[in-house]
Amino acid sequence: MLNLENWILDLWIIATASLVAASCAMVGVFLILRRQALMGDAISHSVLLGIVLAYLLAGTNTLWVMLTGAVIIGLLTAWLSESLHKVSRLQSDASIGIVFTLFFSIGVILVSLYTGHIDLDQECVLYGEIAFVPFDTVIWGDMETGTDLGPRAFWLILIVFSLVAFSITLGFERLKTVTFHPSLAVSLGINITFWHYFLMTLVSMTTVASFEAVGAILVVALLIIPASSAYLLASSLKRMLWLAVAYSQGSVWIGYALSYWLDSSIAASIAVSAGALLALTLLVIQIRKWIQQQHYAKQLQSGESA
Amino acid sequence: MQGFEVYSDASVWQQTFDQLALFWSFEDVNATWVLVGSLLLGMSASVIGAFAFLRKRSLLGDALAHAALPGVMMAFLLSGSRDAEVIFSGALLSSLLGFWIIDWLPKNTKIKPDAALAITLSFMFALGLMLLSLIQSTDMPNKSGLDKLLFGQAAAITSEDIHLLVYVTSAVLITVILFFDKFRLIAFNRLYAQTLGISVRFYEFLLALMIVLSVVVGLQLVGVVLMAAILLTPIAAARFWSHQLSYLLLLAGIFGALSASIGAQISYIAPAMPTGPWIVVSLSLVFFVSFLVAPQNGLIKRYLDYRRLRLRVAQENILRTLYKLLERDHFKRNDFTVAQIIALRNIQVQTLKQTLKQLQKQGLVRELGDGFALSETGLRRAIELTRRHRLWESYLSQHADLTSEQVHQQAEHMEHILNQEHEEQIVAELMQRLSDPHGQPIPPKNTIEEL
Repeated sequence: MLNLENWILDLWIIATASLVAASCAMVGVFLILRRQALMGDAISHSVLLGIVLAYLLAGTNTLWVMLTGAVIIGLLTAWLSESLHKVSRLQSDASIGIVFTLFFSIGVILVSLYTGHIDLDQECVLYGEIAFVPFDTVIWGDMETGTDLGPRAFWLILIVFSLVAFSITLGFERLKTVTFHPSLAVSLGINITFWHYFLMTLVSMTTVASFEAVGAILVVALLIIPASSAYLLASSLKRMLWLAVAYSQGSVWIGYALSYWLDSSIAASIAVSAGALLALTLLVIQIRKWIQQQHYAKQLQSGESA
Repeated sequence: MQGFEVYSDASVWQQTFDQLALFWSFEDVNATWVLVGSLLLGMSASVIGAFAFLRKRSLLGDALAHAALPGVMMAFLLSGSRDAEVIFSGALLSSLLGFWIIDWLPKNTKIKPDAALAITLSFMFALGLMLLSLIQSTDMPNKSGLDKLLFGQAAAITSEDIHLLVYVTSAVLITVILFFDKFRLIAFNRLYAQTLGISVRFYEFLLALMIVLSVVVGLQLVGVVLMAAILLTPIAAARFWSHQLSYLLLLAGIFGALSASIGAQISYIAPAMPTGPWIVVSLSLVFFVSFLVAPQNGLIKRYLDYRRLRLRVAQENILRTLYKLLERDHFKRNDFTVAQIIALRNIQVQTLKQTLKQLQKQGLVRELGDGFALSETGLRRAIELTRRHRLWESYLSQHADLTSEQVHQQAEHMEHILNQEHEEQIVAELMQRLSDPHGQPIPPKNTIEEL
């Protein structure tokens, strides 16, 4: 009986991690293609401030409060770094760096000030506590008699995952044009500012939903690394999206096994396996390149002798 | 540090002041060392960060700091000791590895530089956290406190750490001073430096090494996560104050040292407070103040400049309109009403009256009854402007394939910007030309004497 219960706990953890990784991978694809990897990094950091402020102002940590706070701060980060870049004539990566380090610092300071009041601490900010995810559950109805619907984090990421998947399917053609051909998109009358901030909204929502599970910085790994692996192999946007999701699921399974084997943090192990998969892909590509070079060199030689 | 309410208690304030007094009395040797260390670190990190900023690699420091974490953990796992040298060399090695990956990926694969930075940062950091969680699940002695590296903790620094900090930061500062000319040349014109026979690769490596050293040595104080800001924000703030590199470096150094010492003091007074975030907040404050009020490039200064320019343009436009009216009447009458001016130049009555008043104050325009006339200096200025306007029109119609309407619009802007030298150059280019493309005469320089 105890075994079965443990097994269910593990299942919840893996299900949550899979959804987190898949949503991050899909959003990450657009970040990579639009060369906004650093914006993803920035938003995932500053979302912390959104969560803390929303919690302090609203006094609860219901799903909608957290989502709203994070989306507002995420969009503010994107907008502020862009305006700073335009008005102060700083390089765009410098203005991103200035804005997100400030937001993140204020977030960490607030967390340290209100440690007793907020259900967050400095470590949790960095690598989340996916192992605790199954214990914080949503209960339908009364606290004592209601039915247990499963972990809160799972439902949050399920909502965000559906939103991300739905909006990418629906806006696929538009997103494609905006991503690969911004100038064509403008001439076709597509509002690229809207799509830019739409994407930033998706990034913020994904980050906040992943926050409890993997923390602020490991989200970056899940956003960027599987999408980069897919970028190396894919030849079309659709294939890149599928490949990125496949890579992310692979990382979750390998990472979970790794953490079980080494008794290490689950979230960190998942991120490390994502990196290992990228390294493996790079290795295969480099070896194939090398073999091809050898092949051509041989052909050239035999051609010369003949 | 239980909550915010505590601060309203008077005794806590008293305690804070006592602690601060102790900090600045230099009686507590450790506190003094922390102060010296943070001043030096702030200075060296900001100065070396300036060069990264100039090479357009502002966030390199961020990635390198994150990349140091697995090295620290590995060094501790393998040696079991927390000596400053051991931790330092571990961090140095893995930071250099991170630097190599960031450099290698975009050169040899499809991956773009920004993605390479984010990949290295997040992967190495994840590796570090994984090792940290491994360490925490073992029963190794003195494992606690390793997590303080994430956000920095001035209160947790040992005197050994501080000594290392002082050595390394001094070495970095001395290197920058010694090779200042080379670094400056490479930062601004890499190709030119190469043609001069300077070994650019060597100096770039040296610079990267200095960045890595500053980052690694600052981890105890600032922390892995926010090290980026102390490299980047001071130089970004300094940029609003000056254009000269030596001043920029000096200012950045001062900003960095100031903020680092503020962060260290706060963390010393309230040991539960992480140091890094406070350093970043005070740095950002310096940045935004500079952004607003700096006399060279600040927002307020730029707004005032812009307003002054707009005012001047409005005034010069009226002067030129008055000249055109004068020309139309064959220089027989020098007295025009507001209505006549508006007929020729479409502006609001209120604005026109205001501008005319300003011109009167400067002695360029006189009021005669209900009309306005150009004074002698005003006429001189108006001739000059008209001459430049029409010269530019002629020049454009001769050298660019533009319609006369387009030519006019261009000249409307240029007349305010051209100076004596430009005027002479255009005259030399145009040879003999007496009228503009619309057939109106270009007033010669000595028009005023002829009148």
